[in-house]
Amino acid sequence: MRTLISMILFVVLPVIASAAGGEGYSLDKAPIDLDSKASLQRGAKLFVNYCMGCHSAEYQRYNRMARDIGLTDEQVRENLIFTSAKVGDTMKNAMPKAEAKKWFGAAPPDLSVITRSRGADYIYTYLRTFYVDESRPWGVNNAVFPSVGMPHVLWQLQGLQKPVYETHKGPDGHEVHVLKDFELVKPGSLTPREFNDAMGDLVNFLTYIAEPIQSERKHIGIWVLLFLVVAFAVFYPLKKEYWKDIH
Amino acid sequence: MANTQGTTGLRGWIDERFPLTQLWREHLGEYFAPPNFNFFYIFGVLSLVVLVNQLLTGIWLTMNYKPSAIEAFASVEYIMRDVNWGWLIRYMHSTGASAFFIVVYLHMFRGLLYGSYKKPRELVWLIGMLIFLCLMAESFFGYLLPWGQMSYWGAQVIISLFGAIPGIGEDLTLWIRGDYVVSDATLNRFFALHVVAVPIALLGLVVAHILALHHVGSNNPEGVEIKKYMNDKGQPIDGIPFHPYYTVKDLVGIIIFLFFFSIVVFFMPEMGGYFLEHPNFEPADPMKTPIHIAPVWYFTPYYAILRAVPDKLLGVIAMGGSIAVLFLLPWLDRCPVKSIRYRSFTWKVALTLFAISFLVLGYLGALPPSTGRTTVAQIFSVVYFGFFLAMPFYTKGEKTKPVPDRVVFTTVTVDNAGEAKSAVPFGEVDKARMTAK
Repeated sequence: MRTLISMILFVVLPVIASAAGGEGYSLDKAPIDLDSKASLQRGAKLFVNYCMGCHSAEYQRYNRMARDIGLTDEQVRENLIFTSAKVGDTMKNAMPKAEAKKWFGAAPPDLSVITRSRGADYIYTYLRTFYVDESRPWGVNNAVFPSVGMPHVLWQLQGLQKPVYETHKGPDGHEVHVLKDFELVKPGSLTPREFNDAMGDLVNFLTYIAEPIQSERKHIGIWVLLFLVVAFAVFYPLKKEYWKDIH
Repeated sequence: MANTQGTTGLRGWIDERFPLTQLWREHLGEYFAPPNFNFFYIFGVLSLVVLVNQLLTGIWLTMNYKPSAIEAFASVEYIMRDVNWGWLIRYMHSTGASAFFIVVYLHMFRGLLYGSYKKPRELVWLIGMLIFLCLMAESFFGYLLPWGQMSYWGAQVIISLFGAIPGIGEDLTLWIRGDYVVSDATLNRFFALHVVAVPIALLGLVVAHILALHHVGSNNPEGVEIKKYMNDKGQPIDGIPFHPYYTVKDLVGIIIFLFFFSIVVFFMPEMGGYFLEHPNFEPADPMKTPIHIAPVWYFTPYYAILRAVPDKLLGVIAMGGSIAVLFLLPWLDRCPVKSIRYRSFTWKVALTLFAISFLVLGYLGALPPSTGRTTVAQIFSVVYFGFFLAMPFYTKGEKTKPVPDRVVFTTVTVDNAGEAKSAVPFGEVDKARMTAK
């Protein structure tokens, strides 16, 4: 244990600190709009078609999703459930974890709260920055998740892109290659703009399932704050009245 | 029959058997408090409000939470999604944890500003420090329960600190965890400590804190004792009854506090990753160490001190010492004057430096270390300890300003005795007050 703690304190942290000081691919801002039901519905469609083969959302119930994004149970049952799941079940898939680990090196993580742990911007950038890299088992690598184990599942939509590097001198005089941009080498079924919008919808949906109550809690919050303002308006004069005889 | 209150009817019946009216009088109706409490004096009652919030929301969380390594993370998400209003209860509890430390730190700082730890309030301070220790234990145990990555690795790191104790260290960590790594066994015992053991200790200490305070009476921003001048009923002439004056005033304070509390609960429950850390939304994985392990913000000053010391054992001692030294405060400060208003420039500088060092250490403790940051942390650790250890020297024979004899009023109005502009000199108005009250 002593070694573990020393390892964490004196080895891992400084390494990370220096790594964090290096240049990373900057994240793009995800267009999150939880009030846009249309966007959430498009995101849900992408999620069940492209993600749920490998990933689950095991804390999210189908019927809760239906209610929140403006669909009926019937619509969900007919269009969004591909397994034998009932509409009141959570969004699990049939992939066995142990097998998945063998195939991809790590079992695909559950995506219920992924935008809360990684951030919506990270996921939005991650989904759009797969690029051709023949040295990787699936032939692709990722700008924000180097040596990623996931194949480029959305390549039919996005197409394939090549990395564009920028070369400049590092502080120690060595040349440094920095990933700057991408160049489409094989177009997909969507234009780059359509693909960006689609990924925006998908990340919007992931943000919704990460915390289904999010937009409702903000609406409730307004009423709570208003109540407190009224309470203040009542009790502050009361205090004043009592304290009149003190000063 | 033991009814000394002269009450009749149902209350009389109760008073013969239970000191209801006596308790009411001693702690509310006739607990005389100085009239000049300022902003800083709200944080005592706010800690009580947050404590009640933590107890109530905690009880409701316990109804659906599963203290098991396999189910814990999922049960928290179950509370967030499937339990009616579960999200609100959970956010009130998680925000309450951070709010508790904010109000307690300000409450303690108030003590420093106005010398509330000094004679005759040393025990109020010491009991308060025990409450603070319990609070730290409580939040540490509670933080493991969501069973996220930070819960897990934070506990792993903090428990392993005990391993630095020579001889028994390794066995001690094993005894605390109940396993070779943080595991289901650890989670179960932390749950027991978090929901039963520590809250009982906490409640007992809070009662003791209030009893000790009400025995000696409250301090005030002037740092003068209102008990010096009593009226013929044995009540301080400058005191005002806690109820109704401070009940109505504190109610306003509580509403303002709840306003800010609700902004966090409803609009930013993660507080940018400081109240709910992002990696804690990833289930605990004993095989995967997170890239940066930082304690929650309220522990970061002590963590920065730990890291500032290159040797592990000495680092742990320094970290423990940074808390322990607070217990000695009533005896380290040798200046007889309580309030900062009448203390020397040296003291004001020292206290300011201490406040800055606490904030800087807190900031550095949340960041990954670097050589530069470690140097800064070392400098401010020295400032932190210097404030306390040099205190007996710079507070001895301190150049203080004359302290007023009584609480200073701007204007005093007494209903049946006309008006007076200043009550500092002992005048006709005061004589009227002494008999009128």
